Amino acid sequence: MTKSLTRLRKKLLSRASLRAMISLAVFVLLWELGSRSKQWLGVSLPWIGQVPAPSGVLRVWTGLLTDAGYWQSWYLSLLRVLAGFIAAMVIGIPLGLLMAVSKTFYGLSFPSFEILRPIPPLAWVPISIIFWPTQELSIAFVTFLGAFFTVVINVVGGAKSIDGRFFQAAQAMGASQWDIFRRVVLPATLPSIVVGSSVGMGITWNVVVAAEMISGGGGSGSGGGLGFFIWNSYVGGSYEQIVVGMISIGIAGFGCSEVLRALGGLSTPWLQKR
Amino acid sequence: MSNPIASDRPAGTNGKAPTTAGEIRVEGVSKAYGSGLFSKTVINDCSFAIPRNKLTVMIGPSGCGKSTLIRLLAGFEKPTSGSITIDGKPITGPGKDRLVVFQESALFPWMTTFDNIMYGPRARGEDNPQSRAQAEFLLEKVGLKAFRKKYPPQLSGGMQRRAELARAMINNPDVMILDEPFRGLDAMSKELMWEYYAGLFEESHRTNFFVTTDIDEAIFLADRLIVMTNTPTKVRAVIDVDIPRPRRLVNIFDNDHANEVKMRALSLLHEEAMKSFSGGSRAAADFVEAYSRRTGDRANGAKPA
Repeated sequence: MTKSLTRLRKKLLSRASLRAMISLAVFVLLWELGSRSKQWLGVSLPWIGQVPAPSGVLRVWTGLLTDAGYWQSWYLSLLRVLAGFIAAMVIGIPLGLLMAVSKTFYGLSFPSFEILRPIPPLAWVPISIIFWPTQELSIAFVTFLGAFFTVVINVVGGAKSIDGRFFQAAQAMGASQWDIFRRVVLPATLPSIVVGSSVGMGITWNVVVAAEMISGGGGSGSGGGLGFFIWNSYVGGSYEQIVVGMISIGIAGFGCSEVLRALGGLSTPWLQKR
Repeated sequence: MSNPIASDRPAGTNGKAPTTAGEIRVEGVSKAYGSGLFSKTVINDCSFAIPRNKLTVMIGPSGCGKSTLIRLLAGFEKPTSGSITIDGKPITGPGKDRLVVFQESALFPWMTTFDNIMYGPRARGEDNPQSRAQAEFLLEKVGLKAFRKKYPPQLSGGMQRRAELARAMINNPDVMILDEPFRGLDAMSKELMWEYYAGLFEESHRTNFFVTTDIDEAIFLADRLIVMTNTPTKVRAVIDVDIPRPRRLVNIFDNDHANEVKMRALSLLHEEAMKSFSGGSRAAADFVEAYSRRTGDRANGAKPA
């Protein structure tokens, strides 16, 4: 316990975290100055001058912390991201492995896959609203698409680039096809799965917010997700709330990436300690 | 006695094992890639034998087709013509009777040293106390007991090579095939690995086939040396190396026989190497000439006139 505490203190006081804190402080300071003074050296600031000051944002935010609707937005967006992301992993990883392992399946599926892949997930919004029975499902579907293609492409690429010597070595030691798949192909692809999922997670957050804005976030009153929260604040004219929504998404995305990074690190111990 | 590893263990540990398996015969083997106008012959009508319980070393100019030959012996590829047999049976695919240790490490980076060594037994469903004990025994033998839980990237080059030797040996193959296994190691670890590997061989007298481009390595290790020609490769000469075992580096530098063999092999290799330079390489020729003069002097001085 004390050991982990000293480690935490060391980490917080390290040069890297010091720099990170300076970076954030300077950014917030410039922002505050910019939005307060509106004009610098007689020139009106084109962008920062129009933006609510961080002090105002913080004030609105503290007010929102006790607001159930705000947390409902978090919850809804997180739920959609997780639903889409987990579906993308559950379908994408086996599909990618199958494409990498079977030449026949690759030949049959890859062309269609490659035509669908460049279509931006947001272009799918109208068709998925038509196709899926509920608004919720259509948002989750679009979110799923955001991560799905990235996950598949990474898994296929990772599994296809496994060094042939590993297969030869395994074969020579008497391994069956199944054993090679389980103990060579899977672990060798794991780093690519980790990369694909963290990139996919980033895209998922991009997509969910846009999908919520476009679709009206499930409509009724409080809590259409963080994307709808931003849109609603814009329509309602609360500029501070817009910024609160933006920062909330930033924090949520960062948190999800950190969790994935930790899980990825745990599942690929051979890449960690040198 | 369902476990061949456990039952063979005493034989593998006490001096000369009465191994009787593992004679490989290569007869009239050719290998060409591509077809028609674009076909390229890599191996041309190559015949030789890898005798039982001996360490046979193959040496040839780099890029001559030795690695192709190893892929044929291992069963990863099939010859275009000719036949390869092990103890009279044709080789049809990879098998645990012939294990290959590759040029670069083929240890699985996602497995610890121990798990890497246990790969073969586990792949055959033999994850039992006997094979685990054998893995521990081999870990100790290759000096990696303290590194059993490390991953390959955490090991030095020499340690990786030893781990790989152990991973091959646990499968108790009839023949071990090694494709330039010590290439890329620094001079010091390389010489240590020679002594180490020679020691392993001297303990078991398992049939070994070792491919290299390094003449000193070849002579230090070999019972019999096969010199190959340039591409398309075939056997240029077979030289018996009668240096007593156990071999130690300190003994070999002053051994007249070793120097004679080295001279002979070098001049053959030189002729082959020259063929790959269209105009002939002055530098290579100079090197061999200078070298032969030096060893020639030494040999003459040592022999009573």
